[in-house]
Formats: sequence, structure tokens, C-alpha cells
Amino acid sequence: MLKFVAMRLLQGAFVLLGIYAVTFLLVAATPGSPFSSERAIAPEILAQIEAFYGYDRPLGERFLTSLGNFVQGDFGPSAVYANRTVTQIIAESFPVSLKLGSISLLLALLLGVPAGILAAVKRNTWLDYVPMSVSMAGICLPTFVMGPLLALVFGLILQWLPVAGWYGPEFMILPATTLGLYYGAYFARLTRGGMLEMLNQDWVRTARAKGVAESTIIWKHCLKGGLIPAITFLGPALAGIISGSFVVETIFQIPGLGQWFVRAALNRDDFLVLGLTVLFAAMIVVMNLLVDIVQVALNPRLKYD
Amino acid sequence: MPLLEVDDLTTYFHTRDGVVRAVDGVSFSLENGETLGIVGESGSGKSVTCYSLMRLIPEPPGRIERGTAMFDGQDLLRMSPRELRRVRGCKISMIFQDPMTSINPYLRISTQLIEALQTHRDIDKKAALHKAIEALEEVGIPGASSRVFSYPHEFSGGMRQRVMIAMALITEPDLLIADEPTTALDVTVQALIMDIIKQRQNDLGTAVILVTHDLGLVAGSCDKVLVMYGGREMESGSVEQIFHNPRHPYTRALQKTIPSLQEKGQELFTIPGLPPDVSKPIHGCAFHPRCPYPKIGQPEGDRPPLEEVEPGHCWSACGYCDSSAPIEAVLAKADVDAAEIVEGDA
Amino acid sequence: MTDAPVDAAPAIAEDALVEGSSLWKDAWARLKKNKVAVGSLFGFAFIFLFCFVGPFLSPYDANVQDLFSGAEGPSAEHWFGTDTLGRDLMVRVMEGGRISLLVGLVATVVALAIGVIYGATAGYVGGKVDASMMRFVDLLYALPFTIFVILLMVAFGRSLWLMFVAIGCVEWLSMARIVRSGVLSLKKQEFVEAAVSLGYSRRRIIVRHLIPNVLGPVIVIATLTVPAVMLLEAFLSFLGLGVQPPDASWGVLINEGQTNMEIYPWLLLFPAGFFAATLFCLNFIGDGLRDALDPKSAKD
Repeated sequence: MLKFVAMRLLQGAFVLLGIYAVTFLLVAATPGSPFSSERAIAPEILAQIEAFYGYDRPLGERFLTSLGNFVQGDFGPSAVYANRTVTQIIAESFPVSLKLGSISLLLALLLGVPAGILAAVKRNTWLDYVPMSVSMAGICLPTFVMGPLLALVFGLILQWLPVAGWYGPEFMILPATTLGLYYGAYFARLTRGGMLEMLNQDWVRTARAKGVAESTIIWKHCLKGGLIPAITFLGPALAGIISGSFVVETIFQIPGLGQWFVRAALNRDDFLVLGLTVLFAAMIVVMNLLVDIVQVALNPRLKYD
Repeated sequence: MPLLEVDDLTTYFHTRDGVVRAVDGVSFSLENGETLGIVGESGSGKSVTCYSLMRLIPEPPGRIERGTAMFDGQDLLRMSPRELRRVRGCKISMIFQDPMTSINPYLRISTQLIEALQTHRDIDKKAALHKAIEALEEVGIPGASSRVFSYPHEFSGGMRQRVMIAMALITEPDLLIADEPTTALDVTVQALIMDIIKQRQNDLGTAVILVTHDLGLVAGSCDKVLVMYGGREMESGSVEQIFHNPRHPYTRALQKTIPSLQEKGQELFTIPGLPPDVSKPIHGCAFHPRCPYPKIGQPEGDRPPLEEVEPGHCWSACGYCDSSAPIEAVLAKADVDAAEIVEGDA
Repeated sequence: MTDAPVDAAPAIAEDALVEGSSLWKDAWARLKKNKVAVGSLFGFAFIFLFCFVGPFLSPYDANVQDLFSGAEGPSAEHWFGTDTLGRDLMVRVMEGGRISLLVGLVATVVALAIGVIYGATAGYVGGKVDASMMRFVDLLYALPFTIFVILLMVAFGRSLWLMFVAIGCVEWLSMARIVRSGVLSLKKQEFVEAAVSLGYSRRRIIVRHLIPNVLGPVIVIATLTVPAVMLLEAFLSFLGLGVQPPDASWGVLINEGQTNMEIYPWLLLFPAGFFAATLFCLNFIGDGLRDALDPKSAKD
């Protein structure tokens, strides 16, 4: 197992390097630079950028210098916000996004997985059709539709919940629900599919022939295998929640990383873009590793790969 | 009093393509410790018969239309789910055809072995594990005390089938239903598995229903035989009666297909044609279209009556063929006819 | 009552081997019986016609502004109302639909092309090359592609064609997997040999057994990719990176709508409604196709 983790971490490092390179190239290929916008750049920022790696240097040198800095934890200055480094910005906003992201993911799991199990067990009854239709609706209503709708209904019409800002726990409810519902829908469908596949297996028939109670069959025999599709989806779900956060944070005005990323991309804040991209990728790599470990724990056949 | 008495068991599947009459009025009985072999081709309804007894048929398309199955004074087909669960795995156990898919790959063997014990007996885990190890030893698995904690994929096909047998017999049931237990296994392993079943049966005094398409297998291990075709009974009797005095054309033809009884170097005999489409009603004898005997008219009516050949030996007496001659004569004539046709063309 | 799956009347299954083309007939019959899928087909057809034929039937032009009247709710003259610049919303929804659907179809074709080539190659070559190619796909699967698409759009300008390619590059992964497993089953010699021993010509085998093997799942995944692509396009447009004014896709309209939704809710509701309905229909059609083409469908 240890060897497995070590291998995956090494792979992850390579992946991050690759992502860094690709992002760097994309950013470098973007026409113009922070200097070419009509906004006058403050001389302090110019100086900092020069210090970081200098825009006049050749591409390869810039790449290696910034990579070197990166690895040492120095992500460079923000090219747009005076006197702020990327590290500072990330440090401020990361906790916010972490909270939003984890609550959303948790909500998605808590809503989706039980719904999926119920739908599978009560297949082709109302307890199947209703949750699955709702989840289908959830998939078809993207976050940038669901968010404003929820804000409209619960915020403006019913006035139950706040719709902007991040000043307390109640501010988390609408944005987390928006993200959570969408991915919850996916988890519901995946869990239903996984459980159905388990319930159709021959060994379930063997268990029934032994006189095992139906509930035991569901929880003891089927759950492990049935959860596998949902667990596998955790990686893409996290990736989705990250990109979903761009939208949700914009709509609900939450000072998280997502908002920063969009602004950075549009405003040519190169270092911020680089730093955030690598951060997001790192989070996903770690999540995928955790998912793989859980999968090996759930599925005994994988241990021997 | 027989251990199990089945009367007119009928199971249909109501599919969108029609009503599939998988089992159409089958009756048999079984005494304590006896072995009954149910023989037939794929689609003859032999497996569905057993699943019906255990009520393992998926109820939406499937339905047990009528019949009774008296076991230990109760009708299996009319028990409540609760009572049924008490019978399953405890008084009646079942082992299935494919050991690769019939054991849960996500759980350890130990968990699955002790499950039946924990479900039906008041027993603590340690004692149950002890019994599990014993059970594995009794089916001949080496190193049982450590292997009991393995996962199914760590066992070969033959070993897994032994594990299934152990799982089924750990509660010492009165009846074991074995649905083609050797079909998915290598030939070399088949004999071993049958030996184990026989041996455990002797140890425990369990009655066995053996479902198979292999008539040769039946000859070696069964006391009684029920020959099925098209969901119906064709012939039934003791092993000696069926093998020494087969009456039904289908039984006779089946005997001819046993490889070890055929001449070396000759082409293996198979019954030409395919099993009937049981989603369409069958008139008269189900075997009639494929019957090699000379036919007398077209069958009508529902089904032929069951006639007694000798005490304990019945057959479905088709009135529309002349089955008085031994089958060898009929087959020899068929060969001659075919040869004539070929010569005629030439 | 208690239940467990049992192979029902295997004799029937043997018939399926005899006539390979009945796979399509079976599938079509099954699809027709799926009321939700059929309803969705009609729904999608309606939406398609609405978007592509509708503008010819409407007296309004999507770009003509009427700054004096501004945004008004649904009325007899403007069935969906008007937006803040006085443009008729219904026509804008129709034309927005044209663009969204176009993006959906074209980007799916791009994803299909990449996926089929990649997957077929991996499956055909097999061995270590296949293993590493699929490893690569696994790695890519959970990466934040959206981020790269955003960067691409920022870097290379906001052209429609670039968007097709960029989105296609995100969605090809599932396609590749499906095509590869189809090709792998194509390679199974026993399958072909068995059919040959039953007396079928190779051509018949390929046409009637192997191509359906691959084509079926590909059609399903393509049908399900279209809504995913449309979602991505709307997302980009929402961020201002997709279609540029005065053209509008549903994503752009939804963005406009959500900024004004408290005062002019219809500006959000109509485009969002059509968008959701289209995704709904496509997803159900895709699900229906999947259940119809897969003989071992879990339903029933």
C-alpha cells in the first residue's frame, strides 16, 4: 500500500508539473501582457515582476525561474493588485473556498447517495421515479441558473436567506445548496446504477437462498460494490465544484478563490492564474489519490494489481 | 411421509413478448435422504422448477400460477416471506451453477460461511467461525483455518464450488438443491465435486435434488429421475427403471447422447432440432416435433396423460407416435433414409 | 414478495443469436415503449423547429432595439416580453437556441472525432500502448478542464470555432473509452469464429454483429455529450468568454437574465426554461437509447 501511495504521489507531481507547463504556455501565448493594458501599472508592481522573473527574458528562462520560485513557495506578485502577492491572496481566500467546497460536497453526498440507494431498492416505484426525475432536473439546471433561481425564491421573495456576502454561516446555505444539488444529482444516479448492478448479481440470489434478510443484503452485501461508481466520481465532482465555484462565488459575491480566478484570467493577472491553476490541480490530484485508496479498500480484487 | 411433495407446480413468466410457460404442471416427491435427478436440456424448465420451490423467481415477470409443494407439513409456495426465510438456508439449501459469480467478491469467505449460521441459529461469532473452518475441512479445502479469511477471487473455480457446498451444508439442512453444480467446472473437477456432495450427503442424511443436463451424471448419483422437456414431465421413475427400460422417446434419445455409451470412432449422436418455444402453447407432447419415431397425425389437446409403465415409473404417453420399436431401429432407419436421399441426388 | 433475478426461459435467448439484425429492431421496439424517451424525442423536435424555423415566422428581428420601450413583460405583441434594449425576447431565445444547439452538435462531432480515433487506436494496437493511452485518459479525467478552456478562450480570442474545438477537447474522454471497449470486443476472435462456424459470412458478421456492438454505445454517449457541451458553452458565455454580442446563445441570455432577475424575471425564465428543457429531453433520449440498445438493461 505504501508503495502504491508513493507511486501515485510521484505521478501527481509529474501531473502538476505538466499542468504548470501548459498553463504557463497558455498564459505566455496570450497576446499582450499586464503591461499592454491601458491601465497604468504602478511602478512597484513592475519592479516586483521584474524581480520575480522579468518579462523581457526568453521564455525558457522565465519558465525555469518561475518554476524554481514556485517550488519554494513563492508564487509571485499579483500583476494587478498592488502590494499583494499571490500567496497572500490565496491564503486569504482559500479557507473560504475550502468551506464552501467541502460543505457542497458533503451536501451532495448526503443528499445523493441515500436517494440513489432508495431508488435502486424501490426500483420502478414512485420512490424511484421521483428522486430520479428530481435529479435529472438537477443535472439540467446548471449552477448559473439554479443559483439565481434559488436566490430569487429564498432570498428576494421569501426573504429567508441572504444572497450576497460571506459574513456568517447562513451565507453559506444558498451557494452550497446550488453546488450541492447539482452534484448530488449525479451521485444519486451513479449510486442507483451501482446498487442496481449489485442487486442483479448472482451472489445476491445465493444470499437470498440462505435466508438472509433483504435489508442485510442491501447493507452488507451490496453497499460496498454499489458505492464504487459514486466514489469514483468524487474526483470529477471536486473538479466540477471548483469550476462551479467560479460561477457561484460570482453570483453570491463570495470572496473565494473562484472569483479571483475568473478576474485574474480576464485581467491578465498571470501569476495569480498560474498559482491558482496549480493549486486547483493539486487539490484534485490529492482527491484522486484518496479516492483510489478508498476504492482499493472497498474492492478486494484491486489489492492485487 | 415424503420429505417434499410437489404437485402440479406451474410457473409462467409474463413478458412483453408473451407468456413463457417455463414450468407447466410438474409433480414429484422426495423421501428423506433420497437423491432426485431432474434432467433436461437448457430451457426445459428444470432450474426454474427449483427456483420456484425456493421462491427465488423474480415476481414481476414471473409468477407461480398454481401447484403445491408440501415440505415438512407446510406449503412452500404459500408461505409468508418471513416463514420462507426461516426455511431457506436452514432446512433447504441451494447451490448454484456458476461458482465464479455466485459468491460475493466483496466479502470474505468467513463472513459468507457464518452468515447462514448467524441468521438461523443463536450462535456467537467465535463458535460460528469454528464451524466454518470445520465445514471447509469437510469439503476438502487444505489449510482451512487460514484460508477461511480469504476472498473468493483467491480460490479456483473448483474450490469455490466446494466453498458453496460448505456454505449450503453448514446448517445441516434436510434438503440440498444443486442446480447444475458441475456444469461450469473442468471435467476433472466434476467428479470430485460430485464425490463431495455424495459424501456429505451420507454424513448428514440430506436429501438432494440434482438438476443437470448430463444423464450420465444422474446414473452415477441419483435414486430417482425426472425427465423434463418444454417445461413438462416426460418420464419419471427410479434410476434402474429409467436406464434399463426407458419408455419415452425423449428419454431414449437422451440416453443415446451419452458419449461414454457410444461407439468409439463414430460421430457423436445429438438430437436434431431445438427446444420448443415455450411462449407459445404446446399441443400434445412437447417432444413431438423432434421425435424420431414415426408420427401418427398431429397432436391436439393440452397434454398427454401420464401412464404407468411399472410401479413407480410413469411416462407422458403421447398418442401421436408409434414408439413400440426400440430407438436403435428408428435411428438406423433414419440413417438409411438419409443415405438414400443422398444416393438419389447423385 | 421475494424476488431475485433468474434466467428466464433461455430457449428464447437462443433465437437472438439466429438473427443479428433483430438487435436494431429490438432496440427500436424497446425505445418506442419507453414513453419518457419518446416524449423527449417529440419535445426535442419541437424545440429544434422552434429555434431553426421560428425566426422565419416571427415578425421581429433579434437585433432591432427599441430603447424607448425598454424591458416589458410578456404581452400580446411580444409573447416572451422584451429585454432591456427593447429586443423581442422570443426571437432572441429562438436564435440563441440556434447557436447553443449548433455548438452542441459541432463540439460533439469534434469530441466524437477525437474520441473515436484515440479509442480505436488504443483498442486496436492493444498491449502496453493501449494501457498507457488509457492511463493518460484516466489522468485527464478528473483534471479541471474547464480552467484550461477558460485560459484558451482568453488566450486566443473568443471565436465560435475555437470554442467548438476547445469544448470538444474537454468532452472526448468518455467517447474514447467507449470506442476502445467496442474495438476490443471487435478483436475477440472467438466471437467471429463462432459466428463463422454457424455459417455466417464475415461481411454479415461485421455488419450485423460487430458494428452494432460499437455503434450503439457511441450513439448513446454522443447523445449524452450534446447536453454536456451545451452546458459548458453556457458556462463560458456566462463568464463572458463565449459567444459575443450581438450574437447570443442561451448562456448569454441567461447571464443577462440573471443580472436583472429581480425586476425582469422573464428575462431569466424563458431562456433558462428552454435550456433546461433541451437538456432534459436530450438526457432522457440518451438514457432511453442506452436502455434500448443494452439487452442486459437493469430495468424491467
